[in-house]
Amino acid sequence: MQHNGKSNDKAVLRVDDVSKIYTMGEVKVDALKHVSADFYEGELVVLLGTSGSGKSTLLNIIGGLDVPTQGKLYFRGKEMTAATEDDLTMYRRESIGFVFQFYNLISSLTALENVQLVTEISDNPMAAEKALTLVSLSARMNHFPAQLSGGEQQRVAIARAVAKRPELLLCDEPTGALDYETGKLVLEVIRKVNQELGTTTLVITHNVSIAAMADRVIHMRSGEITEIEINKSKLSPSDLSW
Amino acid sequence: MKKLNRKLLRELMRMKGQMLAVAAVVACGISVFISMTNVEFSLTSTKERYYSEYRFADVFMQVKRAPETLTDRVRNIPGVASVRSRIVTDVTIDVPGLDEPASGRLVSMPDRKMPVLNDIFLREGRYIEPGHPEEVIASEIFMKANALKVGDRVGAVINGRWKELQIVGMCLSPEYIYEVKPGSFFPDNRRYGIFWMSREALESALDMASAFNDLSLTLAHGASEKDVIQRLDDMFRRYGSLGAYGRSEHLSDRFISDEIKQVGMQITVLPTIFLAVAVFLLNIVLKRIVSTQRDQIAVMKANGYSNEEVGLHYLGFALVPVAIGALSGTVVGAWLGLGLTMVYEGIYNFPELFYFFRFENAALSVLLSTGAALFGALSAVRQAVSLPPAEAMRPESPVVYKPGFLDRGELQKKIPVSIRIIVRNLERRRWKAALSVLMIAFAVGILISGRYGYDAVYHIILVEFSEKHREDLTIVFNEPRPFSVKYELASMDGVLEYDLFREEPARFSFGHRSRRQSITGLGSSDGLNRLINSHNQLVSLPENGLLLTSSLAEILGVSPGDTLTVEFLQGMRKTAYVPVEKTIDELLGLSAYINMDVLDRLTGEAGIVSGAHMRIDQHKAGGLFADFKEMPGISGTNMLKAMLKSFEDIIAKSVATSTIFLTTFAGILAYAVVYNGTRINLSERARELSSLRVLGMTKHEISFILLGEQAFLTAVAIPVGYLVGIVLSVLLALGLSSELYRMPIVFSSFNFVFALGVIVAVAAFSGLMVNYRLNKLDLIAVLKTRE
Repeated sequence: MQHNGKSNDKAVLRVDDVSKIYTMGEVKVDALKHVSADFYEGELVVLLGTSGSGKSTLLNIIGGLDVPTQGKLYFRGKEMTAATEDDLTMYRRESIGFVFQFYNLISSLTALENVQLVTEISDNPMAAEKALTLVSLSARMNHFPAQLSGGEQQRVAIARAVAKRPELLLCDEPTGALDYETGKLVLEVIRKVNQELGTTTLVITHNVSIAAMADRVIHMRSGEITEIEINKSKLSPSDLSW
Repeated sequence: MKKLNRKLLRELMRMKGQMLAVAAVVACGISVFISMTNVEFSLTSTKERYYSEYRFADVFMQVKRAPETLTDRVRNIPGVASVRSRIVTDVTIDVPGLDEPASGRLVSMPDRKMPVLNDIFLREGRYIEPGHPEEVIASEIFMKANALKVGDRVGAVINGRWKELQIVGMCLSPEYIYEVKPGSFFPDNRRYGIFWMSREALESALDMASAFNDLSLTLAHGASEKDVIQRLDDMFRRYGSLGAYGRSEHLSDRFISDEIKQVGMQITVLPTIFLAVAVFLLNIVLKRIVSTQRDQIAVMKANGYSNEEVGLHYLGFALVPVAIGALSGTVVGAWLGLGLTMVYEGIYNFPELFYFFRFENAALSVLLSTGAALFGALSAVRQAVSLPPAEAMRPESPVVYKPGFLDRGELQKKIPVSIRIIVRNLERRRWKAALSVLMIAFAVGILISGRYGYDAVYHIILVEFSEKHREDLTIVFNEPRPFSVKYELASMDGVLEYDLFREEPARFSFGHRSRRQSITGLGSSDGLNRLINSHNQLVSLPENGLLLTSSLAEILGVSPGDTLTVEFLQGMRKTAYVPVEKTIDELLGLSAYINMDVLDRLTGEAGIVSGAHMRIDQHKAGGLFADFKEMPGISGTNMLKAMLKSFEDIIAKSVATSTIFLTTFAGILAYAVVYNGTRINLSERARELSSLRVLGMTKHEISFILLGEQAFLTAVAIPVGYLVGIVLSVLLALGLSSELYRMPIVFSSFNFVFALGVIVAVAAFSGLMVNYRLNKLDLIAVLKTRE
């Protein structure tokens, strides 16, 4: 397996020969076919593929939301495929930060409270205010979601995801619902978190241009990894265009 | 429209839990409505049919002794249709197998069977035969209570002579639909029965040849009851008339008429509550359906479906469950009504209690429930109709929360985020929360007021049997006896204590109001028979004037300080003017008490008594009872404590049945409200809750957020429900109280605990049902979908 050799080469997460078959009615769909990949500490990986390529299925398995039909998943050397549902909840609670395409903020809680929602239940979180400062939203932290723009809401979601100091930040089409300028702003925040906190970050997207900001790009098609590309010259999100 | 109907049916099936809950609430309301209207109609028409077929009289009168020839003069009174004279007397009865003496009323019948007023319906055996003075026909309920058969014999002391009576028939009479001893409230069918026997036999036994002491008559159509009564009173004054009276003062008719009135009261309250809850549920459920189907409404409209078609489609979501509820409610109601009618058959003595199912009522209930469906669906359907297709295509604008009371001051920092979510949700939809609380409170209220009736009856029993009546038995003499009878009583072996009393029939007048009412002369207020008010306190006997029960004072329109005209109807028939000194709010009946010495003075006849209350040595009861059975001049004995047992059995049975029904009804109501509320909450917040799960919250943590809201509403609803229950009970007490009894406003703590238990259990159960769905949330879908 190739990687960019960044930091100390330790794999945070190992995906080992994972397959996923969905049964939809009488039809069997091979969503993932014998996929293997390692993710290393501190790197920013973009998982690139079109709709139906299997990237979301892989993200769901990595995030502990779904289990593979075959193959194994190791987090810090511990086999997660053998975990119980409660173990998976704890795994998400302690180690994973999620950023969704549609932000999924709790509408009845303010920006600050949305972040506190997560800091309340984690062991070693950063202060919610600090997380919001990190995404440059300290001025609007007492606003409710309905009072924030889409980009602001997504930044709250990122603050919420990183406040627990996760080992792995999973971003599912984070710019999918945003306009061009705002999307770039959000990517900038993701890059900042990755660099300043050193959080291993996995961004899935169908937008080829975003791949330029990654350390590594994993290309997927029809449930298989077609190529793993090491990005020699990373671009800053502000230099991206699509 | 065919495909739209298919969509409707499939979606209704998908929401079957919620829809069935709505249908069940409608079914409860309709079943109460149908059963109660059917029972009211059945009781009324059975009564009327019975009265008319067996010629129940309109006016009644008891006299001491009047010549038979007077009946012709009565017939000539304008307005009188038909007249019947009888000989009626109360005697002591010796029933085989019963230690205590029983009381019986002997009623004369023509020697040969012919249609008469207050006729009898012969259930078994035959009519009496001329020339057989020992033959009697006994009341069915008395025979059944004592396991007597046609052919059995009982003993009776008639006019001082012991006689053996042979039962040749078993019958019922419209005069005794509720067979209870005069002056009693609880039936004691083992110890009180009616016997119909030959007029000739009674004439000779009581030396009443060509005379009568009881008159009944029917009125011609349009005749004035009041005028006829006045004429009778004038005509029979010198024959010892106790005053004529109409059906409204006839004890049995009074009981049954009050009962019918009470059934009528229940027709409105419960169905109204249930239909109101149905309206509320339909409103919240339909609004949710319309808001989740915005895109579908847009598609329908974009493809050319008219507003009417779309509106009708969403109205279907209300009409289908309501129709199911109305239909099943009608079936259940018809069945419940039949069951209830059978219960009444056990209490009231009808030859046959007819059960009528009235289609008018079924039609009315369909109309009512359709109205409820339309009303409940109105705002949601209007919303669906008025939605422009283009706007419907867009997702609903996000829910706007504003800073609320949590955001004031330092409070907020101390409250966990999950609780903040609950509070903000409640704050945002205060009206919905308040209505939910009210609906659950109705369920609590139904439970409280349902059991209130029994708390009141048990309070009456407590006051009557343990505080007021301390005697073991009461004997009543046929004729007034001299005061010296006390030596006879004192000498009887086994009599521990006794109190003599005097009862004088009289007519009270005040202004234009008047009332036949006997006066009870007592030695003191703290004897064996105590004067106890509804609060269990002793009230002293006035030295000179009258002590009236509050309801009697109300009927006469008098208050303490007023002077009543009292016309005595026995003995010297004097008229006296007596001040009302005090009132007492006794729970049962109407009474007027006076000091025995004052009564002696007012009547001009001193030293006579009508009966005695006694406390006896239970070990010597057998001997005493045997003495009483043969003692001449006793018309009856009241075994108060023995009565209690039979009454408590009846009550216990009815408590159990009605508790089962009311608990079911209230349970369904609470379940429907809590379940639907939580389901809608879940549907509105599935995405949020899934997000929280993805973010690492456990199932318990998100259950808390979802169910906490309903738990809070339920907790608030319980004290509110207690209040609703108390208000409903007070209304019930006002409606049920009559001249015969007053319902005290009392609640047992068990009542409140029971209601609490039922509601908590139901809420927990509906919580579990929703939690089951919560556990099956699709976490992945949430990442992809936009609300």
